[in-house]
Amino acid sequence: MEQFKEAIRLVFSPDKELWQIIGVTLVMTFASTAISCALGIFPGIFIGSRRFRGKKLLMKILYTFMGLPPVVAGLVVFLLLSNRGPLGSLHLLFSVEAMVIAQCVLIVPIITGLTASAVALKYPVIAETSKGLRLSGWKQLLLLLSECRGALISVALTGFGRAISEVGAVNLVGGNIRFKTRVMTTSIMFETGMGNFELAIALGILLLTIAFAVNFIASTFRRETDDYA
Amino acid sequence: MKKILCTALCLLFALGAFAGCAQDTGATTTAAVTTAAPPANPVLRCSTTTSVNDSGLMGYLEPLFEAATGYDLQITSNGSGAAIELGRTGDTDVLLVHAKSSEEEFVAEGFGVERIPFMYNFFVIAGPKDDPAKVAGSATAADALKKIAESKSTFISRGDDSGTHKAELKIWDAAGIAPDAGKDTWYISSGAKMGACLEMASQKQGYVLTDKATYLAYQGGLDLNIVLGESDDMKNTYSLIACDPDKNTGLNTEGAQAFIDWMTSDATIALIAEYGKTEYGEALFFTDM
Repeated sequence: MEQFKEAIRLVFSPDKELWQIIGVTLVMTFASTAISCALGIFPGIFIGSRRFRGKKLLMKILYTFMGLPPVVAGLVVFLLLSNRGPLGSLHLLFSVEAMVIAQCVLIVPIITGLTASAVALKYPVIAETSKGLRLSGWKQLLLLLSECRGALISVALTGFGRAISEVGAVNLVGGNIRFKTRVMTTSIMFETGMGNFELAIALGILLLTIAFAVNFIASTFRRETDDYA
Repeated sequence: MKKILCTALCLLFALGAFAGCAQDTGATTTAAVTTAAPPANPVLRCSTTTSVNDSGLMGYLEPLFEAATGYDLQITSNGSGAAIELGRTGDTDVLLVHAKSSEEEFVAEGFGVERIPFMYNFFVIAGPKDDPAKVAGSATAADALKKIAESKSTFISRGDDSGTHKAELKIWDAAGIAPDAGKDTWYISSGAKMGACLEMASQKQGYVLTDKATYLAYQGGLDLNIVLGESDDMKNTYSLIACDPDKNTGLNTEGAQAFIDWMTSDATIALIAEYGKTEYGEALFFTDM
């Protein structure tokens, strides 16, 4: 009970180190979500709106990668960035950059897959409208983006939720270094292991709050687009 | 395509069944060796430090202890701080740790029955092969850390309240330096276990204080050397502590005592003194007993 009181106190008056951990977490999460969206949305639109040979197989592979176990992604990125690995000369292991790379490996397939499903739903109508209005390719893309904006925001937030709550991959490639690569999830593991339950509980409450808020907003956008559909 | 999948699946099952059989025969042979009658409460929880577990010592002793006494030893390994904390919360029966001041505090608070120091080894400082801070040849560990701090060479600290971390802080104290992980960018507080810290030191080409046993167990994959070996301020003593049943309920006190008796018996001490000689050419742990 004492531990809970202390944890609640920490939630409402975070100390410098707690702020720092939250800061690193948000930087990592925003960066990986933004990069993943930049890399994943356009392939998703392409896959969702075009018919081509091997599309079914591609979708299957995509869905498989959406369920990629995080530690495996962490392991692969670790081996790539290790001094003995092919990208060792970049000296990126145990840095926030390495964590962002691992997160992108996990999130890009999710963004691409979800975008493709959302676009596939809307595209037939948009294609018809564009034909009727004789819209050029670019205008058609703009129309598609505008029609799917709710779904796309929800896709991005899903990626964000995944990134902020993931622990296995970032622990492996980030190394949980204090004041550098320690994020909320790795911090909870570490503090629990040390028996510092107050800080672990406080971080847990904050992480839950952020994750719930993000998912709440995501589902609101999802409903909005469903209504229009 | 389907045929290939089917064959692959069948093969997998066959392999699984085969592995199962192999395990079964293994179990029966171990059972045949077992002479001791199973104790009334056979599950014994032991909380130990990563340095003992990572060195492979417990993996070597566990089956022998189980065969001799009939107990089912369940080992968890954490930094000494966390390992001792499990004793406070009643989540373990016996401790095998190496953090003298925390151990004394634990016993003084009544959580532990008695602190029984029974084996030791030495901490060493491992670092890059070219030794940029010129640590080699330092008289003491404190001198070595001074050189590392002055040259601002990368230093990996456990930073996890473990026995090794406490030993490191004590040496910094002796050197009259208090590195700050927030400001000193060369000082990395990793929060990782010993093996992971060694890997990190190797990757970042930094220095690290480590117990020799873990270093020897990991050295094959590391791009590091021992730059400073055994000096007087780097002795590392391991103790056994049975958790006090007056403080927590549900403890296996008989099991804890059986474990301590077995670990400190002449036969086991001889086994510990031999451990590592065939694999590393030297013993990893020493005993005074």
